[in-house]
Amino acid sequence: MIQELFKRLHLRDRQLARVVNIGTPYLWLGLFFLAPFAIVLHISLAETALAQPPYTSLWEWVDEGVLQVRLNLHNFVTVFTDELYLAAFLNSLWVALVCTILCLLIGYPMAYAIATAPERRRVILLMLIILPFWTSFLIRVYAWIGILKPNGLLNNLLLSLGLIDQPLTILHTQTAIYIGVVYSYLPFMILPLFANLTRLDFSLLEAAADLGCRPFKAFLKVTLPLSLPGIVAGSMLVFIPVVGEFVIPDLLGGPDSLMIGKMLWTEFFSNKDWPLAAALAICLLGVLVVPFVMMQRLEHRIGGDEL
Amino acid sequence: MLKFTALRLALPALMAGLLSANTTVSAEETVHLYNWNDYFAEDTLAKFQERTGIRPVLDLYDANDVLEAKLFAGSSGYDVVFPTARPFGARQIQAGIYQPVDKSKLPGLAKLDPAVYATLQDIDPDNKYLVPYLWGTTGLGVNVAKVKEAMGADAATDTWAIVFDPKQAAKLKECGISMLDDATEAFSAALAYLGKDPNSRSDKDLEAAAQVLKDARPNIRYFHSSQYISDLANGDLCVAHGYSGDILQAKSRAEEAKKGVEVGYRIPREGAVLWTDVMAIPKDAPNPAAANAFIAYVLEPPVVADISDYVMYANPNLEATPLLDEAVRTDPGVYPSEDVKKKLFVLKTPSDKEQRKLNNLWTRIKAER
Repeated sequence: MIQELFKRLHLRDRQLARVVNIGTPYLWLGLFFLAPFAIVLHISLAETALAQPPYTSLWEWVDEGVLQVRLNLHNFVTVFTDELYLAAFLNSLWVALVCTILCLLIGYPMAYAIATAPERRRVILLMLIILPFWTSFLIRVYAWIGILKPNGLLNNLLLSLGLIDQPLTILHTQTAIYIGVVYSYLPFMILPLFANLTRLDFSLLEAAADLGCRPFKAFLKVTLPLSLPGIVAGSMLVFIPVVGEFVIPDLLGGPDSLMIGKMLWTEFFSNKDWPLAAALAICLLGVLVVPFVMMQRLEHRIGGDEL
Repeated sequence: MLKFTALRLALPALMAGLLSANTTVSAEETVHLYNWNDYFAEDTLAKFQERTGIRPVLDLYDANDVLEAKLFAGSSGYDVVFPTARPFGARQIQAGIYQPVDKSKLPGLAKLDPAVYATLQDIDPDNKYLVPYLWGTTGLGVNVAKVKEAMGADAATDTWAIVFDPKQAAKLKECGISMLDDATEAFSAALAYLGKDPNSRSDKDLEAAAQVLKDARPNIRYFHSSQYISDLANGDLCVAHGYSGDILQAKSRAEEAKKGVEVGYRIPREGAVLWTDVMAIPKDAPNPAAANAFIAYVLEPPVVADISDYVMYANPNLEATPLLDEAVRTDPGVYPSEDVKKKLFVLKTPSDKEQRKLNNLWTRIKAER
């Protein structure tokens, strides 16, 4: 009988463990994603008001038992019909795309070099990648102002070397945004690529060489396809946050580089139009879900291939 | 993998949370101030704490928009804020953001210049909520030597034309022109340049002003509300559209740096904005008693005189004026002459719809679309 009881308890424990195991991520998701999303969606359907907070309530008890709900879809209409927002979305996607490709081109060789370095040097190299995180992100971006400005380090260096005779205008242009973003997000490309490449079985490359494959072709046929999950993960980690990036375009970019993060800021702060800002945020989320779903699909396909 | 980003975002927030928790647990009384950058004298806050034992905690902003967004969100946690009276303070009163100041605790109110204090009554009947802090103008800061080099020694610089006339501005483009990132300021300046009512909101006038700004746009290096202070001082800019005291601060910073940069402040002859910044207590201020104590302290003539000396903005305190440094009191950039004063104008509060239109036009102009 006692044994029976133990068995039952054990079963209950296991069920509890299962509930906790499965429930925790859902709780996390509900608390930190769904709830904020619901709040933002709620605001996006309201109207602006000169009050605190500056938007109207969606529902109102008008009579006994009569609940009047007013949903204002005008904000979404504005987002879709005003070409300013469309331009900002397109430019944000463009900046994110360019920067992701640049990060990949710079980050892949670096990750490869670190992954193939001797054990002891590898630790040092990894440290060097992570070390900049010990300084505030904001300060690192600010430092670029000092480097890129007309009277700054880069221009003074080029001038003194005689390579240019007029200071280059880099700060407050889209180029400065590219530089700032690639610099800031490069580690997010390198780290997942490194994690992937260290697991690469290099004997496969030896086999390819034994079979007469030249190194470059072996890279294209063996290394690159095997590192695809790392490329995808790194690209997502760069692409998704860069689309909504605000700090770098605000500090380094010029007024003509429209980006959705800055548009959100303008709507929220200058226009005090929280509902429109919320609608923009919802649309931004929609734009970002697409590449994420694509990644999921790709990972499934890769997983399927391996099986 | 997404954990990296989550961590990066969460860590500063977590640390900020810990820090603010620390400040609230401490037993000593605090007053939370939210003020413009470079808007107190160096020892203003230290002396307040010495005198009252209340510890001031200061946060900074460089645009009314930022302050207003925090106030509208509610529970900002600030006890005293320093908005510009028009259009911001006026709008915030309408939205019911503020609580009345306790005039019985503010004997210093009697020392305020009625010409400034009383004129606030159209936006703040009976002066219930707003106490004037400092006032100034919005004009042009120039790098004297570089502008002379680019435009010739005789060229007039006290005119909006050096920014808005493409022929003149093109000469200054290389060494840099900046404008405040503020739709209301920019449009009033463009309207003044055109000789129109700077507060006009008619479609025709706004279109004309927008055209002026569009034509000027290729010559503008950036739009920012505080960056120009250090850039002017370092010689990285030729002309900056900015607030009088900020430009005068850039001037003294340039003098201290001794790198041969000479900054001058010009009030354009076509007219410029005269603004008043005020002190006010948010409705949900955690410590209104300390807020009143701080306002009373600032109303003391020696205190506000020290502030004016340091930040180069004029104060509306009649008894403080004689206490100012001779150099500051007689600086026409700080206290404009009566002739110049006639050309200054105050901003009217645009309606929400008008504000939205201005901001929309402004975003397009900045983005060249």
